[in-house]
Amino acid sequence: MLANADLDALFLTFKVASISTVLMLLLGTPLAWWLARTTCSWKSAINAIVALPLVLPPTVLGFYLLVLMGPSGLIGELTTWIGVDTLPFTFPGIVLASVLYSMPFVVQPLQTAFASIGEQPLEAAATLRAGPLDTFFSVVVPLAKPGFLTAIILGFTHTVGEFGVVLMIGGNIPDKTRVVSMQIYNHVEALEYNEAHWLAGCLLLFSFTVLLLLYTVSKTQPNVQQLK
Amino acid sequence: MTQPIIARFKLDYDNFKLDIDLALPSTGITILFGPSGSGKTTILRCVAGLQKAQHGFLQINGKLWQDSEKNLFLPTHKRPLGYVFQEANLFPHLTVSGNLQFGLKRIKKSCNANDLQPILELLGIDHLLNRLPERLSGGERQRVAIARALALDPEILLMDEPLAALDYKRKQEILPFLSRLHQHLAIPVLYVTHSQQEVAQLADTLVIIEDGKSLAVGPISETLSRLDISLTQDREANTVWPATIIEHEIDYHLTRVDFIGGTLSLPMIDAAIGTKLRVQIFARDVSITLDLPNTSSILNILPARIIELSDGNNGQRVVKLEIEKQILLAHITRKSSLLLNLQTDMSVYVQIKGTSIVN
Repeated sequence: MLANADLDALFLTFKVASISTVLMLLLGTPLAWWLARTTCSWKSAINAIVALPLVLPPTVLGFYLLVLMGPSGLIGELTTWIGVDTLPFTFPGIVLASVLYSMPFVVQPLQTAFASIGEQPLEAAATLRAGPLDTFFSVVVPLAKPGFLTAIILGFTHTVGEFGVVLMIGGNIPDKTRVVSMQIYNHVEALEYNEAHWLAGCLLLFSFTVLLLLYTVSKTQPNVQQLK
Repeated sequence: MTQPIIARFKLDYDNFKLDIDLALPSTGITILFGPSGSGKTTILRCVAGLQKAQHGFLQINGKLWQDSEKNLFLPTHKRPLGYVFQEANLFPHLTVSGNLQFGLKRIKKSCNANDLQPILELLGIDHLLNRLPERLSGGERQRVAIARALALDPEILLMDEPLAALDYKRKQEILPFLSRLHQHLAIPVLYVTHSQQEVAQLADTLVIIEDGKSLAVGPISETLSRLDISLTQDREANTVWPATIIEHEIDYHLTRVDFIGGTLSLPMIDAAIGTKLRVQIFARDVSITLDLPNTSSILNILPARIIELSDGNNGQRVVKLEIEKQILLAHITRKSSLLLNLQTDMSVYVQIKGTSIVN
């Protein structure tokens, strides 16, 4: 059965994933909108940077973040300057790392969805007196709904499953940075296979359910609704 | 003709130049006519503000919408216009009703469904309100799109080839609605098309666009018969006459109509006496005789005066004639023209072999 420490780890994991997903949507939506529409020559470079976590070993990303957030890193100096603790081995630290690590899973589906909406509905909205922001919320968001759903699910589950980045910058502090994947690792290290089974099973079930949901949704709804 | 529409746009792309200076009437349908790629849609998009001309001046009913010299450019959503796209462009996530309300909500007018009733009836869509766009036919979608644009009570209606994406049957389904609009609308309409049929049926003013320039602007009867325009040499060259039904000859299955220069016999028209209509006469259906033939099977023989002659393609002569004040074009062979020794200002008779009613 799940021990209290396991439940704490589960709770912490979902807290990190929820907060990260909200932050990723807030940051990723304008970024994806810009990437989908810009003709700026920086586009490729920004696309590549956003996609980096897809190919980098999490330990590499974690290592750089550790250095950056450390007392002599850029982010570290910033946090010192505004008078808060340095971020490594704290809850905000792993949230920030998760946001960076899972960002491509949010930005890419949104970017695809936005791009396939095309110019026409936006122009139609403009001729019907809707300004740009109004058009975004009343036309783009509803039309890109499947893209948002994919982004939320992928962003959330990917954050739940992360291990390497948290290991590097979060350590293994109960209630602060000890997420489920870390807890499973601890169990296995201690040869507590039974406990590891329970937790691993929980994650497996969760991931499967979410993906099932995703594929059911994307089967009934095309990725983006086409204009009629 | 109150304060007209003044539109001057200069655009310079790598492979396309637009340079036009138009003054258009503030009533009736003005058709921008020209081949694909001539820039007519670009002009419409500039009027709507969907595209920004580097140098532009646009004044609609005395209000300035763009003046690049004063750095003034009203964004599209602040221009009181209605725009009908080639594809209906309805929002797929909203019902017909939702689409119609979209603009109304934004101009803060009461969203009273009754206000829309006349438009819904005019376009015959009042039974479709709760449907989603995907459940409409192409023709229905386009009618909803027109209603959506009109619902806002715009100061000008812009229509970009609204029938081009529809098949022949759907076009015939919508054209009568457009003709009805024509009679009911008090606002100016700018209408882009490359269809002669739509020109004949709808245009009051015709602007001919080619290679980003306007070749001719004026009332349809004048513009269609300008011999300096290649259009008049086209096989489809025609003139359009306004006419009124005065008599039905039921025995002969004929209808007689009155026009400025006299009367015409047409195949029976199913409409009441007094109905106004447009008669389209193709230049290829008109022949010329010097004397009044008294043994001809052709019913419509009218006295006319030649006002201009010009050489057309392939041994053809284009003759521009006048019957009272009504202009007519005739395509005849150069040989006939020589044999009859046709000259400007000669009095002749024209025989009209065929006519078609356009609405």
